[in-house]
Amino acid sequence: MSSHSDDAAVLAAHNIGKKVSSPEGSLTILSDVSFSIAPGESVAVVGPSGAGKSTLLALLAGLDLPSQGYVILNGANLGELDEDGRALVRADSVGFVFQSFHLVPSLNALENVMLPLELAGRDDAREAARAIIEQVGLKERWSHYPSQLSGGEKQRVAIARAFATEPAVLFADEPTGNLDARTGETIMALMFELNRRSSTTLVLVTHDNSLAGRCDRVLSLDAGKLVSDTVAAA
Amino acid sequence: MKALRFATRSIGRELRSGEVVVLLAAVILAVAALTAVGFLTDRIGKAVERQANEVLAADLRLRSQEPIPDAWRDLAADYELRTADTASFPTVVFAGDDSVLTSLLAVTADYPLRGTVRVSDALFSEQREVDGIPEPGEVWADSALLARVGADVGDTLSVGESELRVAAVLTYRPDQSIGFASLAPTLLMNADDLEATALIGVGSRVRYALLIAGEEDAVSEFNDAIEDQLPESLRLSSAEESSERAYAAADRAKRFLSLTAVISLLLSAVAISMSARRFAQRRMDTVALMKSLGATQGFVISVATAQLIVLGIIGVAAGSVVGFAAEEVLSWILADIIRGDLPDPGPMPVILASGSALVLLVGFALPSLIQLRNTPPLRVLRHDVMPPAPSRILVGGLSLAAVAALLYRSVGDPTMLVIVLGGIVLIAAALYLVGRALVAAMGRFRSGVGVAWRYGLANVARRGRASAVQVVAFGLGLTVLLLLTLVRTDLLDGWRQTLDQDAPNHFLINIQRSETDSVTKVFESRGVAAPVYAPLVRARMTLINGESVKDRKYPAEDAEWFVNREQNLSWARELSSSNELLEGEWWPPDYEGPPLVSIEEEVAIETGLGIGDVLQFEIAGQLLDAEIASVRRINWDSFMPNFFLVLSPGALDNYPATFIASMRVEDDEKAALVDLVREHPTISVIDLDSILQQVRGIIEKASMAVQAVFFFTLAAGIAVLFAAVQSTIDERRFESAMLRALGARKSVVFAGVMAEFAALGAAAGILASAGASILAAVLATQLFDLPYAFNPLLWVAGVAAGLVVVCASGYFAARSAINSAPVDVLRGAAA
Repeated sequence: MSSHSDDAAVLAAHNIGKKVSSPEGSLTILSDVSFSIAPGESVAVVGPSGAGKSTLLALLAGLDLPSQGYVILNGANLGELDEDGRALVRADSVGFVFQSFHLVPSLNALENVMLPLELAGRDDAREAARAIIEQVGLKERWSHYPSQLSGGEKQRVAIARAFATEPAVLFADEPTGNLDARTGETIMALMFELNRRSSTTLVLVTHDNSLAGRCDRVLSLDAGKLVSDTVAAA
Repeated sequence: MKALRFATRSIGRELRSGEVVVLLAAVILAVAALTAVGFLTDRIGKAVERQANEVLAADLRLRSQEPIPDAWRDLAADYELRTADTASFPTVVFAGDDSVLTSLLAVTADYPLRGTVRVSDALFSEQREVDGIPEPGEVWADSALLARVGADVGDTLSVGESELRVAAVLTYRPDQSIGFASLAPTLLMNADDLEATALIGVGSRVRYALLIAGEEDAVSEFNDAIEDQLPESLRLSSAEESSERAYAAADRAKRFLSLTAVISLLLSAVAISMSARRFAQRRMDTVALMKSLGATQGFVISVATAQLIVLGIIGVAAGSVVGFAAEEVLSWILADIIRGDLPDPGPMPVILASGSALVLLVGFALPSLIQLRNTPPLRVLRHDVMPPAPSRILVGGLSLAAVAALLYRSVGDPTMLVIVLGGIVLIAAALYLVGRALVAAMGRFRSGVGVAWRYGLANVARRGRASAVQVVAFGLGLTVLLLLTLVRTDLLDGWRQTLDQDAPNHFLINIQRSETDSVTKVFESRGVAAPVYAPLVRARMTLINGESVKDRKYPAEDAEWFVNREQNLSWARELSSSNELLEGEWWPPDYEGPPLVSIEEEVAIETGLGIGDVLQFEIAGQLLDAEIASVRRINWDSFMPNFFLVLSPGALDNYPATFIASMRVEDDEKAALVDLVREHPTISVIDLDSILQQVRGIIEKASMAVQAVFFFTLAAGIAVLFAAVQSTIDERRFESAMLRALGARKSVVFAGVMAEFAALGAAAGILASAGASILAAVLATQLFDLPYAFNPLLWVAGVAAGLVVVCASGYFAARSAINSAPVDVLRGAAA
């Protein structure tokens, strides 16, 4: 199914599945999903609500562990690492953009962008953050706190934060879900632009088909299974 | 290093954004309250001790049958202590042809070192305090002495070879209750006149004493230094040995003070623990985010710990400033009570309070931080994912250890520690269990009530564990506040009542059996209630279980002194109301068997004697064996005549006995006493008013301290309740916004929140009332030896306070949540 070999992949899922226990017994959220993604590729994960998109994202980013199978992220087998080990892999190679932004309310825009740089121990955190916040068009508003920013502006800060560390893989979970259509459009344009410029691999969870259509490749999930893997016509 | 840099940087940001205000406030309040309470209890404790020391007229007293060598005076001077000398002996004093056996007391210039002497200018006229001692050539004489020889102020008395003028009537000297053996009235003279009297020579029974006083630390250093090198001939006494009564009162006062200190410490602990919980909870989202961005667990916990430390330092610094101010204000307000040569308010209370607050912060916040470390990064995607709850053993162990360590430092009384800590742990456990049960029950009831109550009760039930924790926090806060109220009112009243206005204020000593009827008549003819007589037989202890008392080894050093001294034996049919039987049995009223003896608790402990041991006494050349049948505790506060050794009825019938009596004589009835000593010159009257006043003074000081502490602790208590409500405020904010977005009117949401708080408040109030009553009862009976009656008003107050305080702090905390526009809150949720 994959159009690339595993060796060249920056992210690969091998037969991963996730079960959780519920009052009604064991519940399968995801089963037997395999694919691999090449560096620089942009991949959309689509599917109806409850298909297992967010669970897949959590497993790929090492936020959670699969019940079966394993994930290789930027050369590291996440299943073999402990929580701290997975955190270090993320610090090194992962950026996130969330549906609900997840900015730290006590930090201003610039400080939010500095956060991952500081976590990575970068001495030039402030300068680097300033540069990227300029790129997302918030030069004038860097000192504002999240409560003083609009939804679109918050997501710009989140995108700046995600690209600040120049990650190998950027995970975006419904990045336009909390935004109106026009703002969403601008935000996505910004994201694809940054992605192109930094040749980051993009994994985008969405149920917006037009958004998915702008990606190189679309993975469709339904009821926890990978039902199609389509490469967009060039 | 990276974590520290990150932590300090972000704490500045959080301070600016007001995120950490509640925790900071809790730390500041704890430091301020602990400083104020520590300062007060220390000061008033010392004042009380000073008062108890007045019975020695000094802090320490060195006694000897020989003049005390100058070396000891020099040594005291090396420690920068003040000294004064006294010499006392019985002698007969003449006024014309009349004579009276007198206890002569010659003193040097600085006498007394503690307390003051009071005199009056004529017999039974108003007394005044004097600073100084009689001038050379003059004396101050006891009213009984003057009454017996028919002399008055201005007359001359022949003392040995000297003629000395009576300059004033001696009405009070601080050390007059020392040595009941010297039954004769006192004549106070200047030591410079002593040699001229020619009364001191070979065979005279002079007792010399060196009085010593000074700064507390210097006194105790001096005490430690000389204790081991004292020769046989010298005996050191402290106030503790010299007056069981004043010392018992001072001891109890200190326990009251310790208890209030304990209570404020507990309240601070609850406040800090509640706000630390919130501190950790607020950080959960940020921690999840940081982990998703690649932060390790170690980094996360380092940051949180560093932040906590920085917060602690800021809080302690600010709290110290407030605490210092409180010290100054308090010492100004209480200037009358804590005057004297006590040192100025110093940094010590602030330092101790700061240390305590930091220990509490670590003990109570660390478990929450450890929980924080385990926050799953998945929380960034699924907000309902919570870290596993921290181990209860860890939480309980750490916080208990912190509190226990601090309590032990501030109290140093293991009994109180066990009672208070054990009680609090049990109450907390009960609160938690009942809280959970209540929460479950409320869930079931909610279909039968209106929408507001349904929402409120549903909230309580849904939060399950969190609600139960809130019940515990409210309940503990209330328990300690109610306990403090009880201490302030019931316990202190109980203590005051042991010293009611009808307490005997005079002892009559040396009454012959034949005189009892006529003594009764003297009083009855003047409308004064007749005294109650107790027999007294002088004896020496010779053997214990057939072994000489001199050869026997005793567990405590003081025992040797006790068994060798002259014993005052008495007998009784019934156990005195001021005694409590600890071991063995009291003989039946009609007991006629072989002699039995009941001994006092301390004596039993020091001598190692117990039930079944046989004591042999020598009484006027005859021998008497008596078996120990019981051990008693004596309530010295009662001011009834009490004896270390009490024998069974009939045991002393064949021996020469005198009688002693205690009675209440009001000021306007004192003329009866003059008549008494005129008609019965051999009877001695001992005025207990002075020592009663000392004990009353001690009680008043303790009450005052407890009152003042009460208000500080009340403030801390309210802060606790507020912190408890604050800890759920974020959730509430979101819920109320959501409900209003769904169309609920503000008033409905508000009523719902109030219903929740009312239910929690009432539950906490009931449990707190129960907990405080039980704790107070245990403390009263076990620690303070006071009777305790359950106070129904407390339950009303407890439940009412629970409702009002919890609802009020809930109102203020929730108001902003409910008033903010739903859209802001809901949008804010996606930050």
